[in-house]
Amino acid sequence: MARSAQPITLPVVAIWPGTCAALGVALLVLGTLVAVALRADDLSGFAAADWAALRFTLVQACLSAFLSVALAIPVAKALARRRFFGRRVLITLLGAPFILPVIVAILGLLAVFGRSGWMSDLLGLAGLPPVQIYGLHGVVIAHVFFNLPLATRLILQGWQEIPAERFRLAAQLNAGPRAMWQLTEAPMLRQVVPGTAAVIFAICLSSFAVALTLGGGPKATTIELAIYQAFHFDFDLGRAAMLSGVQLVLTVVAAFLALKASSSEGFGAGLDRAVIRWDGKGTCARIIDGFWIAAAALFLMLPLLAVLISGLPGLVSLPASVWGATWVSLQVAALSTVFLLCVALPLSASIALGRKRLGEVAGILGLAASPLVIGTGLFVMVYPYIDPFLLALPVTALVNMVMALPFALRILVPRMRQVLHHNARLALALDMNGRTFWRRVLLPRCRAQIGFAAGLTAALSLGDLGVIALFADPEVATLPLQVYRLMGAYRMEAAQGAALLLFVISMGAFWILDRGGRLHAEA
Amino acid sequence: MLRLNALDIRKGEFRLSGTADIKAGARVAVIGPSGAGKSTLLEAIAGFQPLDSGKILWRSDDLTARAPGKRPIAMLFQDGNLFPHLTVAQNAGLGINPNRKLTPDEMKTVEVAISRVGLSGMEGRKPAELSGGQQSRAALARVLVQQRDLLLLDEPFAALGPALKAEMLDLVKEIVAERNITLLMVSHDPDDARRITDEVLLIAEGKLHPPAPTADTLDNPPAALREYLGT
Repeated sequence: MARSAQPITLPVVAIWPGTCAALGVALLVLGTLVAVALRADDLSGFAAADWAALRFTLVQACLSAFLSVALAIPVAKALARRRFFGRRVLITLLGAPFILPVIVAILGLLAVFGRSGWMSDLLGLAGLPPVQIYGLHGVVIAHVFFNLPLATRLILQGWQEIPAERFRLAAQLNAGPRAMWQLTEAPMLRQVVPGTAAVIFAICLSSFAVALTLGGGPKATTIELAIYQAFHFDFDLGRAAMLSGVQLVLTVVAAFLALKASSSEGFGAGLDRAVIRWDGKGTCARIIDGFWIAAAALFLMLPLLAVLISGLPGLVSLPASVWGATWVSLQVAALSTVFLLCVALPLSASIALGRKRLGEVAGILGLAASPLVIGTGLFVMVYPYIDPFLLALPVTALVNMVMALPFALRILVPRMRQVLHHNARLALALDMNGRTFWRRVLLPRCRAQIGFAAGLTAALSLGDLGVIALFADPEVATLPLQVYRLMGAYRMEAAQGAALLLFVISMGAFWILDRGGRLHAEA
Repeated sequence: MLRLNALDIRKGEFRLSGTADIKAGARVAVIGPSGAGKSTLLEAIAGFQPLDSGKILWRSDDLTARAPGKRPIAMLFQDGNLFPHLTVAQNAGLGINPNRKLTPDEMKTVEVAISRVGLSGMEGRKPAELSGGQQSRAALARVLVQQRDLLLLDEPFAALGPALKAEMLDLVKEIVAERNITLLMVSHDPDDARRITDEVLLIAEGKLHPPAPTADTLDNPPAALREYLGT
């Protein structure tokens, strides 16, 4: 039919604001890099400790990616073929670690796996020595905690995209587990697993907060952490810049690999649909699936439960510094969310109008940009002129925005594309101008997605413990940094109380913004 | 007169070319086999489909290079004629000026148009709260306030049942007669064409044929049309 020949999306809103936004982000990320590169001394200054940091960064990222994916495969398989009470809730919870502040999760993990945690108590009953969480395996456990859910979601999506006909055909052929594997599962996993592993590898490369709290020492320092140490303890800008350069090469290569290897998106809808399968009816299969689901649920829920239980006593007697930090954090998150909307809205409209290159640029930059590198670069640029500590909060907000941008684009672009596709012709026929189209059509129609993206950004910003550690003077702290400082001062009860507060505030900010967007929004 | 002068449109393998003059105030059905380019022709006239060559003139104005919203044309598409988040009155009001608030006089005009299409009392409803026929009426209310010289219909009533579709076509016929609007409508159904048009514009095998009287053409179809009609 002639109808199938739809015109390409009509330019009902201007493209240039989005181009400007993309250029601004590129300038921020690349400009700070240039600043860093100009400061970096020659690479011959790469000391033994730096080699160790590089090695540790790669080893922990490889291990984390491998373990997350290896464990996610049976969990996703079990979730795909079982229906049980609480399945939806569990799948929703798999999305939670994404907006869970790292420092909160770490306190939870410490309470479960730490020296005096629940696990050690159990082992103690059996007369065994307590677990040791600091070091490589602590870092890896924390990374698996954060990335197992992500891997499970991505692989589960792969499972659900296998056409139902294929399972029906396999059942008809009376395929056993082995044949079923070859006919349906292996081809899907070959497609999904490399991308998933690459994304997790890239995420773990720039691990800072986890390494800061669970790593440290010459044996367990990531490059990001080494940058912080060079900066914070030695004030060796040359070395910080040189390490930033190394980090940048790593993350750009990894981000590139991840984008190459993955095509599917992390926010796939319809994950709550169970695949109808005719295999796996046996008792053995049921027990195995049950084990994986229970184990994953326990691994994810216990630390959160621990935060709740151990945080409550401290919550009633929080020191004043925590309330001050909460106020600072709320300001940073609000600023970061405003920055994000100013950049992501025009940018996603331009991408939806067909400027795909802009999206790729923003995606690579967002994945490759390391908060500590941007922070170092900005520090190097401004410190001859103004006191960098004055800029700690705006810089943190800016960096948080860049980190959240790729995710916001993934949420906004598909919806904008849909709205433009459905409404652009009518708007043009009515001679509606671009500004009116934004105000009367695009913004109201994308409200739910804008709320979701804003909620995500606010929660990410509230929980971020990165560049603020670089810039903040002892007087100023965001809430995550304050939690870290309380931990460092061995005031565990206050730290746990503050962590619970942080947890409630970030989830609350996400919930309010996401909810606000969807309230009264028409489909 | 709407003059389609030596039009040439290409989209990959697809091609449509020809010349046709349509008298002001005429009611014309665009007919032809599937894929011949009926919708494409309407989109070209409305400004959504660029021409490879040729000109589109209305009275003596050259419309060829004008943006869709700057042409004296109102168009109803197969779907998406209403913004789902705006009320009937807001949707119709967009026809007067989408870029600013309406004056009280203009609001009055909108109200009159809404009552003319039989939707009085439903001004505050959103499209999802209306039936298919009422949605079509709301879109027609907007066409009324737009006060354009030409109305192009790209099968906006295709999803309605036969009785409702006939009702809508009758309403369109009344409106274009009242306002002296020139009508071009894509039609798959010879009965629709007979119902409200007096001329047909045949498109077949990449050619645009000049308009001919509806009844004659459908009673004695030329070869290109005979196969499509199955007579």
